[in-house]
Amino acid sequence: MGWSWLLPHGASTFAARIDFMYYVILAITGIAFFVVELGLVWFLIKYRARPGRKAEYIHGSTKAEITWTSVTAVTVVVIGLMSGPVWNQVKGRHSVPADAMPLAARAQQFEWHFTYPGPDGQLETADDFSLRNQLHVVVNRPAVMLLQAEDVIHSFFVPAWRIKQDAVPGLGIRVWFQPTEVGTFELACAELCGLGHYRMRAQVTVHTQEAYDQWLAEQGQNVAIR
Amino acid sequence: MAHAAVMEPPAAAEPGAGVYNEKLGMWVFLGSEVMFFTALIGSYIILRFGAPGEWARPGVVLNVPVTAFNTFLLICSSVSMVKAYAAVVDGDQQKFKMWLLLTIIAGASFVGVQAYEYTHLVHDGFLPSGIREGSELWEKVEAGTVPAATAGIYGSSFYIMTGFHGFHVTCGVVSMIWVYLKALRGGYSATDYRGVEVIGLYWHFVDLVWIILFTIVYLV
Amino acid sequence: MATTAATVGQVGHAGHVDDRSFLRKYIFSTDHKIIGIQFLIMSLVFLALGGTLAMMMRWQLGFPGQAMPGGTVLPETMAPGGVLLPEFYISLVTMHGTFMVFFAIMPLLVGVFGNFLIPLKIGAPDMAFPRLNMMSFWVAVSSGLIMLAGFWAEGGHAGAGWTAYAPLSEAPEYSGVSLGQQLWCLSLIVLGLSSMLGAVNYITTVINMRAPGMTWFRLPLSIWALFITAILVLLAIPILAGGAIMLLFDQTIGTHFFKPATGGQVLLWQHLFWFFGHPEVYILILPAMGMVSDIIANGSRKPIFGYESMVFAIMGIGFLGWIVWGHHMFQSGMNPTLGQTFMISTLFIAVPSAIKVFNWMGTMWRGSLHFHVPMLHAVAFVAMFVIGGLSGVFMASTPVDIYIHDTYFIVAHIHYVLFGGSLFALFAAITYWYPKMFGRMMNPFWGKVHFWLTFGFYNLTFFPMHQLGLQGHMRRIYDPTEYTFLQPLQPLNQFISIAAFLLFASQALFALNFILSWFTGAKADVNPWRDNALEWSVPSPPPHGNFAVTPTVYRGPYEYSSPETSDDYLPQDKRLPTDRMPASQPAGD
Repeated sequence: MGWSWLLPHGASTFAARIDFMYYVILAITGIAFFVVELGLVWFLIKYRARPGRKAEYIHGSTKAEITWTSVTAVTVVVIGLMSGPVWNQVKGRHSVPADAMPLAARAQQFEWHFTYPGPDGQLETADDFSLRNQLHVVVNRPAVMLLQAEDVIHSFFVPAWRIKQDAVPGLGIRVWFQPTEVGTFELACAELCGLGHYRMRAQVTVHTQEAYDQWLAEQGQNVAIR
Repeated sequence: MAHAAVMEPPAAAEPGAGVYNEKLGMWVFLGSEVMFFTALIGSYIILRFGAPGEWARPGVVLNVPVTAFNTFLLICSSVSMVKAYAAVVDGDQQKFKMWLLLTIIAGASFVGVQAYEYTHLVHDGFLPSGIREGSELWEKVEAGTVPAATAGIYGSSFYIMTGFHGFHVTCGVVSMIWVYLKALRGGYSATDYRGVEVIGLYWHFVDLVWIILFTIVYLV
Repeated sequence: MATTAATVGQVGHAGHVDDRSFLRKYIFSTDHKIIGIQFLIMSLVFLALGGTLAMMMRWQLGFPGQAMPGGTVLPETMAPGGVLLPEFYISLVTMHGTFMVFFAIMPLLVGVFGNFLIPLKIGAPDMAFPRLNMMSFWVAVSSGLIMLAGFWAEGGHAGAGWTAYAPLSEAPEYSGVSLGQQLWCLSLIVLGLSSMLGAVNYITTVINMRAPGMTWFRLPLSIWALFITAILVLLAIPILAGGAIMLLFDQTIGTHFFKPATGGQVLLWQHLFWFFGHPEVYILILPAMGMVSDIIANGSRKPIFGYESMVFAIMGIGFLGWIVWGHHMFQSGMNPTLGQTFMISTLFIAVPSAIKVFNWMGTMWRGSLHFHVPMLHAVAFVAMFVIGGLSGVFMASTPVDIYIHDTYFIVAHIHYVLFGGSLFALFAAITYWYPKMFGRMMNPFWGKVHFWLTFGFYNLTFFPMHQLGLQGHMRRIYDPTEYTFLQPLQPLNQFISIAAFLLFASQALFALNFILSWFTGAKADVNPWRDNALEWSVPSPPPHGNFAVTPTVYRGPYEYSSPETSDDYLPQDKRLPTDRMPASQPAGD
């Protein structure tokens, strides 16, 4: 499994589009890799010095230059044009769905605090509550998370969702996502933040709507952690 | 005027910049100095325009009139530097040394006035870390004429920009003193005045940077 | 009136007796060749040190929490009982990067070969400013000593990565590191001064001191590359200096540049660092590309394919390198629109790099390939730079970067271009110019053994890192087994570590070859590689002043297998009956 060029299983709406971009680039670079490297090996064998054979005295070919420059340029333009809309969807400030469930996340050395809007569905109200290192969301529902950092730069990384965003002290960054599968996933910190960086993990749980409602009701009974 | 071979580009060489090595070297070096001040001034611009509050008006903390005079002094020193250069090219050793000495005095005075200003500012409570609590300027913070939210970065950017400029002026003055001492020993002539031209270039650059700094720090 | 002396056949500086003292000749030397060798010794020591640090990192990653063999020599503050502490691991990560980038690769490419090659290859007696050159070396040594001192600092050495992101890098309350991080900043400021002096020297020398007939488009590509690199150094290092000074002030005198609570901006550091940092990585590859060009043409016995394109590609990379820095910051929280613009510029920089790869292949096509040791390394450079460059395309695409940023995919990319690229080019270059530096040949048999072992273990070490990254393995983590999703990758981590240990061990062959050949290597001819460039027409090693007679250049450096001569090479300064005097010189002999 470790040797694979395949990406691990994706569980968000972003995963499909990001993974597609990855595979497109893999295909293009893969072809380039084989053409160039095999070509190189072939040249090394075919043009090995042999007695009686002289190298060809040639300084270049304008036609060749134009050809490979254009092909490369067109290829990168295509990659750029395909990538742009995906980036915009994930990170664009105007791409956040209006009905996304609001959340807040605060990264600090070396844990994650998540604030939930409570039954009224609004943040900054009396029924908000916070949990340490536990992110709970609903499958197939978009959520938007205001990401902040307490002390140093951290980075919110859920590999299964293909989402990563640096948490920066002094900035409040909105991160949105839509999980597509129920289950538990891992959240990792992806920016060196000090001594405990390697153990700054959290658990992500994606519920069905019913399971989430039940979980929410249970939280009401618990003491909120601010 | 006839130059010695040293004032030409190297003889046994392909045409290059068309000037002797030391002059080309100084122009190249000044390129790096532009980038250094760009880092400091660029950061200042980013900090100021992204600041979480108002920026203090220059006259509230700083002594604009005295610094304006200092600016005038530095500009005069560039003029005297040009005159020194013209004199040595012309072969007039007396005038050359006189104008160079005046330039040194003006440059040293500039540094002196800046140092004097710094001691006053520090005394009043203006530090690279912001406004010192309980100081004279602290009253202005409490009154609101020096916005508290930006006092820290105001101090930080002021001192780093003017401080490094002052450091560059000081290096220039020290270099000019060295040139002057060499001039006293007859080290420059109408056929070889490389050191004079090269330090002159540096001096004009330092003056130009100050004009920009004075504008953005003291006038805006 | 005109005082230009007879330029053709002018007696060079190598004509007179050299009566300098030992101190003047070898320690405080102003001779560019000696200074180049001084940088070589200094850099190789730091290269070995940087590699040692990596071995410790790989031990921890392969065998987390286990006592490292020999680890008990380390103090309790680093590795009690031989088990590396997390804080020490972070310092290792930081210092590995710092030593390799600033004290190994950069001085090897720029300090060693810039110094050694430029005056020789352009036909000059020395650099424009020999005394500044000497200062440049000793200032670099001082910087290295300051950086080494950090290991003894209380609180340990710098621990914010070689990228030193604020606020972690400026707040001991967050990093646990105080003096060590300050020394890191101070060391780089001092090193910046050394680099500046070097850059001024190189640029002035290349512009103003080329021998008659050495027009711009007859310069070897190694010189073009070093020249453009020097311009990058000149303009980029001051930015780092400015940023490092601001960071040092935040750490020591209470300024607020990067402190958001008091008006500073955290991202300002990243913009400053990467505005320098991206040109820096081109500084780390361009001279390698230049020297590889010289060596491939030589090994192929064929002119460089597309010389002008290669020159413009170097310029293109140099120029474009200034407008891509934001690709290090795609996920940083900067305005997402900048993500689009930087993606475009980043994708475009693939074009000149690709042009160079195709032209290297074009050079070998229909050549007569001689696989001397430098050629082996140079060809490997092309093969591995291709991998590094192609992996870069993934991260250039902003959406894919969301996933692979700060993972081992990036680490793989970095090492394919810096090790697979720059370091292999350096093995090639050191072997190639060793005879000119020391008057002896390195042993070719052991050179080949070293090459194959290195090539093999290198790829076994770094290629799997692509896979680690694709599974989400983050960078700079002390113990991957903390994460359930990384636990299945532990066998791969172990595999990489073992390959790395074998890779490191193989370098002993190079070190021994390098040191022993100095004393017992075969005595070198003037031109052992049958190369065309000017340094191969003077003794090995050349005398102080280089050329007894200032050379005159009649052609470019890549006239291999020319029909104008029966040899398969034609030196730049060999005058044929059909050659005219250079336009810059008076006609007639």
